[in-house]
Amino acid sequence: MRPVVIIGAGPAGLTAARVLRDNGIRDVLVLERAAAGGGLPRHCGHPGFGLFDFRRVWTGPAYAQRLIEAARGVEIMANATVTRIKPKGRIEIAAQAGLGTIEARAILIATGIREAPRSARLVSGARPWGVTTTGAFQDMVYVGAMRPFSRPIIVGTELVSFSAILTARHAGIHVLAMIEEGDRIVARRPLDLASRALLGVPILTRTRLLRINGLDRVESVEIERDGARSMLACDGVIFTGQFRPEAALVEASPLTVDERTGGPAIDSAWRCSDPHYFAAGNVLRPVEHSGWVAREGKSAAHAILKALDGGLEDIDSATTLSVEGALRYAYPQRLLWDRGGITIFSRAARAHRGVLRLTAAGETLAMRRVSALPERRLSLTVPGERLRGKRDAVIRLD
Amino acid sequence: MTERSSHSQIFDVAVIGAGVVGCAVFREFVLAGARTIILERDADFLNGASKGNSGLLHTGFDAQPGTLEAKCVSDGYRAYCEIHERLNLPLRKTGAIVIAWTDDEAGNLLAIVERARANGAEARPVSAAEIRSEVPALNDSAKAGVRVPGESVIDPWSAPLAYLLQGIANGGAAWREAEVAEGRLCEAIWSLKTGAGRTVKASVVINCAGNYGDLVEAIARPSPFRIRPRKGQFVVFDKSAAALAGPILLPVPNERTKGVVVSQTAFGNLIVGPTAEDQDERRLATVEDSALAALVAEGRRILPALARHGVTAVYAGLRPATQFKDYQIEALQKERWISVGGIRSTGLTGCLGIARHVRELYEERFGELPRPRSVKWTPVPNLAEDRPRAYQQNNRSEIVCHCELVTAAEIEAAFEDPLPVATLGGLRRRTRCMMGRCQGFYCTRRIAEIAAGRIRELPQAAAVSRKDA
Repeated sequence: MRPVVIIGAGPAGLTAARVLRDNGIRDVLVLERAAAGGGLPRHCGHPGFGLFDFRRVWTGPAYAQRLIEAARGVEIMANATVTRIKPKGRIEIAAQAGLGTIEARAILIATGIREAPRSARLVSGARPWGVTTTGAFQDMVYVGAMRPFSRPIIVGTELVSFSAILTARHAGIHVLAMIEEGDRIVARRPLDLASRALLGVPILTRTRLLRINGLDRVESVEIERDGARSMLACDGVIFTGQFRPEAALVEASPLTVDERTGGPAIDSAWRCSDPHYFAAGNVLRPVEHSGWVAREGKSAAHAILKALDGGLEDIDSATTLSVEGALRYAYPQRLLWDRGGITIFSRAARAHRGVLRLTAAGETLAMRRVSALPERRLSLTVPGERLRGKRDAVIRLD
Repeated sequence: MTERSSHSQIFDVAVIGAGVVGCAVFREFVLAGARTIILERDADFLNGASKGNSGLLHTGFDAQPGTLEAKCVSDGYRAYCEIHERLNLPLRKTGAIVIAWTDDEAGNLLAIVERARANGAEARPVSAAEIRSEVPALNDSAKAGVRVPGESVIDPWSAPLAYLLQGIANGGAAWREAEVAEGRLCEAIWSLKTGAGRTVKASVVINCAGNYGDLVEAIARPSPFRIRPRKGQFVVFDKSAAALAGPILLPVPNERTKGVVVSQTAFGNLIVGPTAEDQDERRLATVEDSALAALVAEGRRILPALARHGVTAVYAGLRPATQFKDYQIEALQKERWISVGGIRSTGLTGCLGIARHVRELYEERFGELPRPRSVKWTPVPNLAEDRPRAYQQNNRSEIVCHCELVTAAEIEAAFEDPLPVATLGGLRRRTRCMMGRCQGFYCTRRIAEIAAGRIRELPQAAAVSRKDA
């Protein structure tokens, strides 16, 4: 039996592996289904990685390389797909050598995230080549040195959408327009404003993609802006953002899934509903930057260390959190009573100014005024002591 | 056969159209010893009506008794059960339940059971309690139902592919990008001019042109049937949802359509569909957001827990409907022509029965076919969840598509002779790559690399150089 197995060699998994190694845990195994470790940053060739966890700025591939080097000594098995999560720390894998079962005292799920493709958005029209997501687009451009189209439009204005613009520029691809259904762009960070000004891509807000046309390749799209319909000739559509956890494994397992986050529900020690399993990184919720994700991997690793020593709190001594009001989601979904200060992270569904409040049995346990945006993380800290004995609590934004 | 083989340019039979029906007819004639060629207008086979169906093998329990369709579906069902193992094709006998949601519908169930009996299919009434115990996730307002144990789930693309490949392995010829633009019958030999400028000579032509059936028919005679494609849209839910439906869940059919079906697929997903919308367009089947949203809503009505599961894919297919309800199959002796038209929704099941029926018509009108001494069986790669998959083998190649667990070797194999895949749609249907929940998010680049210029749509490497940056 392994002490720890980590599913996914991205920023969360590799950082956790490094921390476990640094704390003397031998025989940690990282399972990676792709041909190499590094996770999604491998596909993103422009700078913007590493600041948060390494205090340096690298491109995605350079950052991924650093994560792998930092975890040196830990066994990373690439081309190994976990096919099933079973109770009590048993997983089935399809490795290159063959099928197998692995047992571990603790298993960390760090399977990351993906964007919502066209199909999940139920967009009308034909289904030609040239419709893609930012992730696939970046992989084609940066890793494959491919130019899948030359005049695409971008759907969405999240942070990743601006990353798609940078990628297009790298490949000499002319983005015709960026469209956004809302009144304003979703991303609100200096980088985005700069790239907006620098890159000269028209951003059309209050604009909806109605239809994709083209038999073999995209030929045009029909859009609706302020009620007026028009056709835009283009040869590609990049659907950006609307991330969702890559949690198919969890969905097919006995572990509890939080319908709001789309990922496994965890307690404030990163544990899933079966205490053999932990989860960290973007599989927990859409979406955080790689540095934040790495920090979660580190924190989860420390929780695992404590669990291996038998020092983790009883999984049932916890308050179950539910979410109300203008919030989209909040986690951890279970708050342990013996944990000292517990920080609950949440996000609003849309721009909203108001009060973020944690209550239990009518009593307010913590509150603060927030100015929420869909891409802004909201945090609220509560002393674990104040939760003791309370089975249920509610976090809400009004 | 030997005598005719010397006239190497003249085929006994030319089949126009390589959809499910054409492929099955092609196989039937090749295996019966006829020199046979199949002509497909598109760059890939199975690229029309056959690419967008529900993937079900029907018992024919609900067919109009006495019709040609009822006979062909019933024969086709039995034929598939006989040959599927030798072609390595899946057969999941999930059974189906026809569900009555209203008292009116419940009143029709007895007629459904009686019709099934007339069609020789097993069917029996089931109570709401029985349905609930079998499908716990079902909306609890079901009134009653009819259980049809023989209804099954198959792989809708590998089956016709297997028919086509077996036909080729046994000496049949197959041309793509060979649209039959015109034809002339002269001294009992048809000369068919294909779009690519090649001419095919054959003594009998079989029209299996699907959505183009009436246009092709006009080569021989004014078409007695008119094709008005009927579009069917589908929504595919993720594999996590498949367990919600055990058996295939069918509504009580109405006059025009069998209604929206909820079913597992051979690949372990869950589909909801089809819609039924008549249109003039023969080639392009678009999806429409309102129809897709209605299918999602209908799926969630039938299985409320579907609300927790994401949509993996959407697709639409065109069924070659005519002004008639039954199949339009006819052998014209003088014209040396057999029409196989209007196979509007049961083609996947019916095709093997249709093929036998067409061969019998041929032999009645144009003489017995010699039976070859031996038949080669050519098993196809398995894509179904319930049979061994390539990714499970020892020392496999890398998994490229992680959602559908497709290996690099499977993708590479799709490019091999005798039927190298030519389009992205063809590659997807042959291997299932990019068909899963991420729809290419993780795998598009790698697939493009493996395809390496062999699929027109996919980009090639090295188009972006450092200099561009």
